[in-house]
Amino acid sequence: MNTPANNSAARSPLIELCGVTKVYGVGIAAMEALRGVDLRIYAGDFVAVMGPSGSGKSTCMNILGCLDTPTTGVYRFQGIEVGRLTRNQRALLRRHYLGFVFQGFNLLNRTSALENVELPLIYRHAHTTERHVTARLALEQVGLTGWEHHTPGELSGGQQQRVAIARAIVTRPVVLLADEPTGNLDSKRSAEIMDLLTSFNRDHGITIIMVTHEPDMAVYAKRTVHFLDGLVATDHTH
Amino acid sequence: MLGNALLLALRELRRNVMRSFLTMLGIIIGVAAVIILVTLGGGATRQVTDQIASLGSNLLMINPGKHMGPGQSSGAAPFKLADAEVLARDIPSLVAVAPAASRSMMAILANENWTTAVTGSTEQYFTLNNRKIKEGRAFTANETRVGVAVCVIGETVRAKLFGRQNPIGSHIRLNKLSCEVIGLLEAKGQSTMGTDQDDLVVIPLRTFQRRIAGNEEVSIIQVSVRDGVSTDRVKKDLVRLMRVRRHLAASEEDNFDVMDLKEIAAMLSGTTQVLTSLLGAVAGVSLLVGGIGIMNIMLVSVTERTREIGTRLAIGAMEREVLLQFLVEAVVVSSCGGLIGIILALASSVALAKILNVPFILNMPIIFIAVLFSAAIGVVFGFVPARKAARLDPIEALRHE
Repeated sequence: MNTPANNSAARSPLIELCGVTKVYGVGIAAMEALRGVDLRIYAGDFVAVMGPSGSGKSTCMNILGCLDTPTTGVYRFQGIEVGRLTRNQRALLRRHYLGFVFQGFNLLNRTSALENVELPLIYRHAHTTERHVTARLALEQVGLTGWEHHTPGELSGGQQQRVAIARAIVTRPVVLLADEPTGNLDSKRSAEIMDLLTSFNRDHGITIIMVTHEPDMAVYAKRTVHFLDGLVATDHTH
Repeated sequence: MLGNALLLALRELRRNVMRSFLTMLGIIIGVAAVIILVTLGGGATRQVTDQIASLGSNLLMINPGKHMGPGQSSGAAPFKLADAEVLARDIPSLVAVAPAASRSMMAILANENWTTAVTGSTEQYFTLNNRKIKEGRAFTANETRVGVAVCVIGETVRAKLFGRQNPIGSHIRLNKLSCEVIGLLEAKGQSTMGTDQDDLVVIPLRTFQRRIAGNEEVSIIQVSVRDGVSTDRVKKDLVRLMRVRRHLAASEEDNFDVMDLKEIAAMLSGTTQVLTSLLGAVAGVSLLVGGIGIMNIMLVSVTERTREIGTRLAIGAMEREVLLQFLVEAVVVSSCGGLIGIILALASSVALAKILNVPFILNMPIIFIAVLFSAAIGVVFGFVPARKAARLDPIEALRHE
């Protein structure tokens, strides 16, 4: 049920932004974060989103992640107009189709790696054994077999981010949204994380949209979108 | 959904065992305080009513003087033995009549001495006051009439004077009177007022009047009313008769008082009940404070866990799932606190009941109420923080430092 329709409907985009604007505040205090963004992302893509701070890339990621809705314009996810969904419907959409990786890892502290990875499965009402098995498998896929019972405090930054990736992919999401996943890591760990993301994109067909500051990381992606002043400035496929 | 919330809540509580326990502490103390006070209060009430029942119901006491409250009376002419005899003769619904006079004095046996209350009364004293003879015998009607020098002693007096010796047949000295111990009363223990009910010597009234008091006075008349006869009616008869005996004109007030033990029982148990409710209410306030403690900690926890809540929302938790998780956390904390409080309260109630010498009476309703109340506290005081958590904007929450 989670497999993207990437063969039969290859030409219909997985994600489609049409003239999306986002305005924060009202009146003279109003601030236009997005000023009419058009963007299409197809299943299986790996997109690096770049741009200076304030360029609107974070706002765009929030909208893509169904955490926020456009002020005007249309965002379609698998043909569904997200702007029309309620808060709860968007939560369900995130639960079943999206995975998130954050710069700060956002793991539950004092909670074992295994339980962290189980978290999305709990919200999916998975049974106990299925939950354990799936979570262990996900940890194995990020190379953390043997670290299941360590808490984030006992893991290195790179390991923590791998736990976070395991948590994001444990539900086999259609899209993985990564917000500067290597922002807090040194270059060696960064490369490991990027290799991991690349493998999930390549081997499991998970579409990845990743915000990054570093051109070194963007090269791992298949496509780079540059934001500037609330608009897509450049968009090129490698 | 509830099972999930429980799983999430329990994991969260396990993550912060110390904080969870400290949060619980308010509820533990509150619940324990309420249960301990109500249980001990109930025990005290029961003790009062039991003790008065053990005096024998249908018991009326006639004291000279105006009624001022239990055990108090203003000065007025004492009764005479004849008063009691007239009562016994003229009121047929009386089963027994026992006039009595008493005074505190020293009882001496060889080198031992002990100051105790010596009461002179008739043979009916024992049945009227529900006193059983453990060893020996009580004095007879004949001995009462004649006024022989015999006595029945209480357990305390026996212990103080005789130690391990058998008291029956020995002679003890009360002032100048040497009297033979013919009986030992069965021990009755402490009264509600804390007096030792076994610290007494009972002798025939006539012996007391002649050889100890040196007068004809009777300071109290106890009567018991036949079962099924209204004590109120008998009380009226008694008052009427005593007024005649004491030559009171219609305009004069009674210079004696008829006390119904049931009234005293009702009054005393009423007092302990009021005290119990008051103490229970004070303890209830501490339970409320415990609830506010939960709310306080939960609000802090929501702020502290803002990023975590953001993560949960991003992962796909719905508003009501976050609400439920926090609510369940609060309810689990308060219910666990309630349960620990109950266990603690039962253990300490048993111990305290022993120390304070009141019966331990398991009060199931109050335990039931405590459980419900502590769970309700979780819901009530957990709701505001839970709603605050559920309504967080995921973007803001994720950005929270």
